[in-house]
Amino acid sequence: MESVNAKYVSQKISKTRWRPVSHSSLQQPDIFATGSWDNEDNKISFWSIGNHGSSGMDEGFEGDPQLLCEHKHDGDVLDLQFLDQDRIVTTSSTGAVTIFRHHQNSQTISVSQRWPRVHRYPCDNAPCTGVVCSSPEIVTVGEDGKIIVFRADQEGVIRVIENADSSTIHAVTYLRTTEILTVNSIGQLKLWDLRQQSNSPSQILSLSGDRLPLHCVDRHPNQQHIVATGGQDGMLCVWDVRQGSTPFSLMEAHSAEMWEVHFHPTNPDHLFTCSEDGSLLHWETSTHSDMPSFLQGGRNNSMISRSAMAPAGGNQSLISTWLSGDSSKGRLETTHMLPSQTLSVNSLDVLGQCLVCGTDGEAIFVNRQVPV
Amino acid sequence: MEELDVEPAITNIPAASDGKHLGFAWGPGDILAYETLYMAPGMCAKGSGCSFIHEVRKDEDIYSPILRKLFNESHHIFVGLQTIREDLPSKNKKTQFVSISKNYRSVIRACMEELQQVAASVLVLQVSILLAIELIWNLCEVLFIDAAPAGPLLLHLLDWVRLHKGDVDEKAREVLQSESPAEHHDYWDVVVSYVLQGRFEEARQMLVKQATLQPAARNMYKLMDTLLSKMPFYNPGGTQTLTEFDVKWRHWHEEVDRCLQDNSFASNQHLEIICKILVGDEDTLLEHKELLSTWYHFLVTRLLFCHPTVKPTELHYYAQSCMTMFLDLRSVPEPLDSILLAAFEFDIHQVIKDCSIALNNWWFVAHLTDLLDHCKLLQSHNLHFGSNLREFLLLEYASGLFTHHSLWQLAVDYFDNCPEFGHVYLELQIERVPLDTERKALKVLRICEQRQMSEQVRSICKIMAMRALRNNRLGSALSWSIRAKDAAFATLISERFLQDYCARGTFSDLDLIDNLGPAMLLSDRLTFLVKYREFHKLYEENRFSEAAKLLLSLITAKIAPRSFWMTLLTDALPLLEQKEVSHSAHCALHCGFGHDLCFILQ
Repeated sequence: MESVNAKYVSQKISKTRWRPVSHSSLQQPDIFATGSWDNEDNKISFWSIGNHGSSGMDEGFEGDPQLLCEHKHDGDVLDLQFLDQDRIVTTSSTGAVTIFRHHQNSQTISVSQRWPRVHRYPCDNAPCTGVVCSSPEIVTVGEDGKIIVFRADQEGVIRVIENADSSTIHAVTYLRTTEILTVNSIGQLKLWDLRQQSNSPSQILSLSGDRLPLHCVDRHPNQQHIVATGGQDGMLCVWDVRQGSTPFSLMEAHSAEMWEVHFHPTNPDHLFTCSEDGSLLHWETSTHSDMPSFLQGGRNNSMISRSAMAPAGGNQSLISTWLSGDSSKGRLETTHMLPSQTLSVNSLDVLGQCLVCGTDGEAIFVNRQVPV
Repeated sequence: MEELDVEPAITNIPAASDGKHLGFAWGPGDILAYETLYMAPGMCAKGSGCSFIHEVRKDEDIYSPILRKLFNESHHIFVGLQTIREDLPSKNKKTQFVSISKNYRSVIRACMEELQQVAASVLVLQVSILLAIELIWNLCEVLFIDAAPAGPLLLHLLDWVRLHKGDVDEKAREVLQSESPAEHHDYWDVVVSYVLQGRFEEARQMLVKQATLQPAARNMYKLMDTLLSKMPFYNPGGTQTLTEFDVKWRHWHEEVDRCLQDNSFASNQHLEIICKILVGDEDTLLEHKELLSTWYHFLVTRLLFCHPTVKPTELHYYAQSCMTMFLDLRSVPEPLDSILLAAFEFDIHQVIKDCSIALNNWWFVAHLTDLLDHCKLLQSHNLHFGSNLREFLLLEYASGLFTHHSLWQLAVDYFDNCPEFGHVYLELQIERVPLDTERKALKVLRICEQRQMSEQVRSICKIMAMRALRNNRLGSALSWSIRAKDAAFATLISERFLQDYCARGTFSDLDLIDNLGPAMLLSDRLTFLVKYREFHKLYEENRFSEAAKLLLSLITAKIAPRSFWMTLLTDALPLLEQKEVSHSAHCALHCGFGHDLCFILQ
């Protein structure tokens, strides 16, 4: 493991996200945004790692991230997503949702739109814990158990699902363009079909056994029925939402809460998780053949999955190696990506060959040569 | 209580009105002051009072964004230091300790550089404090941690002085970049400064420039060059012993002295001065106070030219005399001077004590003492308060951190490494961390759970559960009570559900009740609730026999609250009319019905 340098930034980082790069260019990402928490004055900041052009050479870690600009943020930044190249959406512990615009020319940030106090209790604000967006639609969830749908550039909210959950919803992600997935603090994964007007989920999946809170969820980039979640006990669960109501496989990952899980967007044989115990793991599935797993058809003979053997339906659909996750068999490799003894790693993001993460030790780590 | 060493500093509270009587209350890191109505005899009320409460903070450093990096980075180093294994051989440990000490110092330097770049006037004081801290730390590293013996000791001290006198290089750069360096007005200052610091290579290179300008004096310059090049420096890695080096050095010293006596440099005033310096003439050295600028530079230079084989135990004689010679009789020694002197006297406790007084933040003394303690340099010196010095300082530092809204997380690791009182301190402090969001509460809980602080876990979960309950988030409240394994609270929540049901006739939060799984066994009332809801589901699905069996078990298990018995019995009535209900169940219901009816009617 090469040494990864820490950049100390005088604020505890709660979220960090790469700015999306256009698919046409093969550029590596060069700008990322961070949000802070637990400060008297919280901030969102944009940073640059100056990665222009291809990084063919061995200059992985030269240059610390440089601060481009920052802006005050009211309340902890509980979640942050890029809406497009210039705008980010943030959710706050005051229950507000804000769109900030990054002006590249002048390197300034301005508030483009704001929905204050959208998540609230009858007599108090409720922290808004998660956001996902697919421009121009924005969906947020909060501790008040509501799901709220917005449209950028439109005042007011489009739709509110009151009482979507009787407990806190911790994270949300898109399953399909009209379906979202939420996870809550009693260990349930709920599917919502936004085309329907009903206020109840179309499907509820949960762990058998202890109902521990789930904190993060991410969908496989190519196979939309495969979803990974992480929760309070640090277990990585991979689910097949088409079948069954329990996870397909469970893997012990961390010794404390898992805060974020991400499939690599272009190379989904790689998965990254980060946790309260201060570790960031890189998971890599390996297949016996040379063909990448997503091109293999039919069933792989050496797979052993914990539940049903064949996928429902006669169609021999592709079976991802994630669903057979059995780390003792050596099919799954995990590597620690950070030096030990950091405080909690709250957030990570990976794009191309670049990985960025932020910790409670007020440090940002950037790795420009992730082996994917 | 001991006598005060220094006068206490006075802080004026600008907003408080003149002449008013102030009351105060101690806080964890600060004082709250407020105006009172009390009027001493002779005072008259002047204007209306100020209605503010003033917060007086002693330690401003933890709120500085640049210094925060210092706290975070040093925390990382501290945690790494604690994990060094005890069973390593002492030689390996020493190298590790020295490298850790260098790490700490580089962190201080990085902060200092950043502060200098910001260039605000208010930060000048902070920069100078950091400079002083690094100076002291470096000296402690040389004397205590590295503990160099005679020979290498002087070399380390030379490095120390060179590192902390950066203006020589700046001046040299200026001179060299000028058109004619040898004629620059600072030229000789630079040459002499180099000589005073023992940087003979650079001095010789500079002299060459002068030599080319004065071809007539070529022989003199050549002689000086030879003298400078022949001065022996002790080589720690070499085969030469200290005695051999001493002999060689005395030989060289005599040669220089001879040159002086021969008046070889008499025609050139500057070279004559350099020659006198080389021979160690104190008066000449003292004439260059401006170039030396500090008494410790004077000390090291004097040792270089008079006594390069100085032993650590002899240092304090020289230090004391140098300080006396250098400083005017009128000037009061600054705190820094007395700290350095204490270091030269190898009085570690005095160094720590003086630093504690002089600085307003425990950071420096806590980390330095911890490192020295790991090097086994502190005598086990029991203080009145029961713990040793290292623990006392770490506790003070960490307690100060805990008052910060953000840095409290760092303090946890410090408390962990205080074996005697750390746990107690943590228990008291962690309950005071404000819990605004669930995420923060989860982090605090994780800290408590990892340290088996079950009281605190229960109390935090109860706070969060109550808050959730007040906001009518029954699912959240239940998940908190499950975490705390708080059966009583789970019972409370179940009661709320049942009350809701009675009031409205339907259950709320079905997604919760239907999907509890084994968590429902946490409390009887909760189990009842889940089973009762199951009963309703079975009834709605027309599975009457199963429904009847379930209802029967509910009645006989007696986990229903009293208030619910009537409801249960009324639920049983329609079942008795159902044909599918088995005969035995029928009878049982009748019996149960009768039994409970009697019970209720009593």
